[in-house]
Amino acid sequence: MIPGDRDALVLRGPRARVAFRLGRRSTALAAAVWLLAGGVAVLSLTLGRFDIGVTGVLRVLGGGGSLIEYDVVVRNRLPRALTGLGAGAAFALSGAILQRIAANPLVSPDVIGVNAGAAFGALTVLTVYGGTGLHTAAGALAGAAATAGAIFALSARRGLSGYRLVLVGVGVAAMLTSAVSFLLTRTDYHRVLAASAWLTGSLANRSGLHVAIVTATLAVAVPVLVVLARRIRLLELGDDLAGMLSGRTGSGRLAPAAVAVVLAAMATAAAGPIGFVALVAPQIVRRLLPDRGALLAPAAALGALLVVAADLAARLLFTPVELPVGVMTGVLGAPVLLYLLARANRIGHTG
Amino acid sequence: MTGATAPPGNRHATALPAPGEPGRGLLPGRAGRAAGLVLAGLALAAACALSLVTGNYTLSFTDAASAVAAPAGSEADRIVWHVRVPRTATGVLAGIGLGIAGAVMQGLTRNPLAGPGILGVNAGAAFAVVVAMSVFQVGALTGYLWYSFAGAALAAVFVYALGSLGTGGATPVKLALAGAALSAMVGSATTAITLLDASALDDFRFWAVGSLTRADTGQLLVAAPAVLIGACLATAVRRELNTVALGEDMARSLGTRLASTRALAAVSVVLLAGTATAIAGPITFVGLVVPHIARALTGPDYRWIMPWCVLLAPAVLVLADVLGRVLIRPEQLQVGIVTGLIGAPFFVHLVRRRKLAQL
Repeated sequence: MIPGDRDALVLRGPRARVAFRLGRRSTALAAAVWLLAGGVAVLSLTLGRFDIGVTGVLRVLGGGGSLIEYDVVVRNRLPRALTGLGAGAAFALSGAILQRIAANPLVSPDVIGVNAGAAFGALTVLTVYGGTGLHTAAGALAGAAATAGAIFALSARRGLSGYRLVLVGVGVAAMLTSAVSFLLTRTDYHRVLAASAWLTGSLANRSGLHVAIVTATLAVAVPVLVVLARRIRLLELGDDLAGMLSGRTGSGRLAPAAVAVVLAAMATAAAGPIGFVALVAPQIVRRLLPDRGALLAPAAALGALLVVAADLAARLLFTPVELPVGVMTGVLGAPVLLYLLARANRIGHTG
Repeated sequence: MTGATAPPGNRHATALPAPGEPGRGLLPGRAGRAAGLVLAGLALAAACALSLVTGNYTLSFTDAASAVAAPAGSEADRIVWHVRVPRTATGVLAGIGLGIAGAVMQGLTRNPLAGPGILGVNAGAAFAVVVAMSVFQVGALTGYLWYSFAGAALAAVFVYALGSLGTGGATPVKLALAGAALSAMVGSATTAITLLDASALDDFRFWAVGSLTRADTGQLLVAAPAVLIGACLATAVRRELNTVALGEDMARSLGTRLASTRALAAVSVVLLAGTATAIAGPITFVGLVVPHIARALTGPDYRWIMPWCVLLAPAVLVLADVLGRVLIRPEQLQVGIVTGLIGAPFFVHLVRRRKLAQL
């Protein structure tokens, strides 16, 4: 281990073949936000229509507690919290990568059509076949995968141009959104209600399967991203400079873009298209930290925090009604971003 | 990156062709673009004519012409005057509004993802309409129009104020992000209301797709001047949008007054997109995509993009509406669905060309 410069810590492997550079501030922020997210997740295990204290929750997790406590905490709230943490992190990572690739702060998986594809797949299952739960998740996954494949096939042309990717995505998203609207206006009202809740993104009735989907995705994606992080950081410099420094801009974005799309697709399959997380988490992190690294770790932490906090709020604020989590992510995330926008401007830091 | 067309490090310099130099659009030279413009005008006229005769009650062109020119009170005349003329006029007005608003917002924010909705116009209108349905129990489709416009205008004012807080003014990134953030927040509230109030959801899903059948003649007579004023304001800043495309510093050093340009452009977008959303609902695709089509055809010069949008956007909208009437007869598809389903593949094909005129 070598001390690195003032802002960063450099970790080196044996015989200095591998090295990682960790920004001090971003590592500290990521750790703090992950702690906060974990705290909110634990809190969400205790609160609800059936309140259980923290000690009670710990007892249940340790294997004790009554049968009903076990049912509420382990079967119901735990999968929900874990899915929320994982899906939030996955959405935020996806948004952070895509915003870098396209050099555009408005880009997120829903803009380039991944969410619309998942929504179309899920809604086809929900409204046409009347399927539920597992079927919907499978439909979402199939829809997102097919859409992502189509977008890449259509926009890759001697490498992947961020500009073209965005425009093709906009076109594909428009088409699928129209198809979703079509399904919504042609279906009977009860199925529309179910579809509408799914479309907002919901963490209700999660099971071990949903947790497994996000966990497996993150387990594969995170190591890949650790390797790719350097390249993603380079893309920020713009096409020309990144091309000069790496000698392969065009093909250099295909791998990170693919990771971003897989993350968004899996997260959508597990939790529905929870809006705004992917857009807002990287933007907030960008405005909190002075350096311009890849900032993937703090963005993931913030995404996780935003989703679990939003889910807790959506569950508790409107009792006895429970709203889907997607309703609250905008309400919680937008004011923070707006505040940071206004504040950043005062000290002349707008980027 | 356009690769073949833009030399590295020279992106801004190539964004705007020098006077006389052929642009990078599909149509080379001034004559080609002007001829294309005439063709687009003819296409719009043809779309309007088709819109007058097509429907469950099909008319001949001569019947329609005589009904427009000298209505005698026959059934055909009543259909033309009470149904098809307002519907076509709604399409033309909304198309013009969305097309120009989209071009202005893309130019102002230098962001290809900016559309008429970027100032929060659509989200604000949708929220106002849901409140009207749920809280004030407004039932008739025509009753939503004023709520919709008020919501759109309020949202845009709010976004602009938030985006221009402090000394830096309304920079593109701040405007775009403030718009996205406010849209998300207001959209959350809209969703919450529709999920808590089931009957509002039932009405709202039909409002949300966009349709040309809502406005009556009286409302169109109010909407027309609003669109006209908005279009004039947008036309007034077309040169400034060209300099803004070179980057803010360059624009400032070329003598562009950024603050007044942005303010004028924002007012025009509120008038144009707000009116369009009020009379036709949130049809996002046209405003987002038609400016890109115009840019692909004529190159990045806003003096050409604007007139192309004025003709192309209503043509697309009216034609999509005509298609929506015949595709699944005897039922009708809402125009918002048709524009996406049929316009999007064409758009994707267009942006896949190797030479793409960037913003």
